[in-house]
Amino acid sequence: MPAVTVENISKRYHTIDGEIPALDNISFEVSEGEFIGIVGPSGCGKSTLLSIIAGLLKPSSGQVSIFGEKLTGVNPRIGYMLQRDSLFEWRTIYKNVILGLEIQNQVTPDRLEHVEHLLEKYGLINFRNHHPSQLSGGMRQRAALIRTLAVNPDILLLDEAFSALDYQTRLAVNDDIYKIIKKEGKTAIMVTHDISEAICMSERLYVMSKRPGTIKMSVEIKFNQENRTPLSSREAPEFRQYFNKVWKELDVHV
Amino acid sequence: MYKQESEEQKKYLQKLKARKRLITALRILLLIFIFVFWEAVTRFNWLDPFIFSSPGRMLNTFIRLYNEGSLMTHIFTTLWETVVGFLLGTIFGILIAIILWLSETCSRVLEPYLVVANALPKIALGPVFIVWMGAGPVAIITVAVTVSLIVTVLEVYTGFLETDSEKIRLVQSFGANRKQVLTKVVLPSSFPVMMNALKVNVGMSWVGVIVGEFLVSKAGLGYLIVYGGQVFQLDLVMTSVLILSVLAALMYFGVQLLGKWISEKY
Ligand SMILES: Nc1ncnc2c1ncn2[C@@H]1O[C@H](COP(=O)(O)OP(=O)(O)O)[C@@H](O)[C@H]1O
Ligand SMILES: [Mg+2]
Repeated sequence: MPAVTVENISKRYHTIDGEIPALDNISFEVSEGEFIGIVGPSGCGKSTLLSIIAGLLKPSSGQVSIFGEKLTGVNPRIGYMLQRDSLFEWRTIYKNVILGLEIQNQVTPDRLEHVEHLLEKYGLINFRNHHPSQLSGGMRQRAALIRTLAVNPDILLLDEAFSALDYQTRLAVNDDIYKIIKKEGKTAIMVTHDISEAICMSERLYVMSKRPGTIKMSVEIKFNQENRTPLSSREAPEFRQYFNKVWKELDVHV
Repeated sequence: MYKQESEEQKKYLQKLKARKRLITALRILLLIFIFVFWEAVTRFNWLDPFIFSSPGRMLNTFIRLYNEGSLMTHIFTTLWETVVGFLLGTIFGILIAIILWLSETCSRVLEPYLVVANALPKIALGPVFIVWMGAGPVAIITVAVTVSLIVTVLEVYTGFLETDSEKIRLVQSFGANRKQVLTKVVLPSSFPVMMNALKVNVGMSWVGVIVGEFLVSKAGLGYLIVYGGQVFQLDLVMTSVLILSVLAALMYFGVQLLGKWISEKY
């Protein structure tokens, strides 16, 4: 059974000035443990699509299923990571990380032990009493990921999760977050407008058209190497070919 | 950071400290100068001490009032009214702001009323309150509350609306309901705005109470000021104003300390 099934999703926004078609008949499936990339130009409806899968937004038509069950609202099996880390500066790292547990009334000893374990494993245990401003951009992103993992979702949605970082940090964070997601065995859907990032992280890549967003192309990304990581993928000879293929399809004009 | 401070860093810190001391010294000197100057010009009769009073005469008045035993009563009357007015104005202001945030319909309907109420000089309602509630502390506190309430509502509500929408989406993605969005995100992120409203309200409630006492004229520092003016005892007026400014400053610092304490604790 696929982890996520998206069937004929369309979305129109209604405003005083008229109707804005944002998504048009989008369908795809994501199997368990897969890392999916979605790349498309700004404003093509990527965030809209993820909001719908996250259950935060109702589609105009079509439906989303999570492990075969029809999605009706926010679902605890789905974790959502946004563009900025959105750590709360008035909370310590530890308090930030258990935010989701607090909201879901899940602050139980074994959940807290899980959090403790994650902080330990991913090198944030010594920063638990620090405030977000005392951490580097990369560590903040890691804390944000642990906050998402703390509620133990099966599926992660990443909406341009790295675009607020500078280029070097971003390469390192891509690698870091990718390894953590793989180690924790999560299914992931990542949305980005950055072609390189999309290619180096995903196993399958969907290219979206301009608004109203449709899926123009689906590419299987395979590198001839074992234990690929985003950094090693960037080095691979196939990388360039995939890049050109996606670039052509994206049809970027200045 | 280096464990071993370099000579340059030490010098820099010393310079910073010296400058801070200089500023404090100058502030105190300025205060002393004002009082000495005031005393001198009235002592030499360049200015009429009967109209301008003087630090010496104010001190005498203060001691006389204190010995008569009425001073503390007046101070406490005013202080009590101000603190109650301040607390009510702030608490109700924040509560109303929360209600407006919870119901968009409510805030849209009330918007023009709030704008008009904000523009209205609330003092104008003083006589109305006296007629309704009698010439006593209740009317005075009501004036103080009206003066601070509307500003608090508008300022805090605007602060609520400026909450980072991405943070709200984040907690919603964890399944937060409206109440949780309020308590987990909106209230804590608006803490600086609320502290600011509190500080503004200190001044507002003093204005409200003093004006209320002007109108009611039974007891309190506001009453002393009006009475002193009417019987041409400028010593009494000036002494009361001075006490008033010390009290207002103390209350302001109190609120500031409270804010620091809360933000360190949470
Ligand atoms: N709440 C909204 N109301 C009206 N239009 C919206 C709203 N949210 C997004 N849009 C429009 O829908 C389109 C897709 O937006 P979005 O999903 O944010 O794109 P992306 O994430 O790919 O940049 C954009 O053109 C945007 O202007
Ligand atoms: Mg977007």
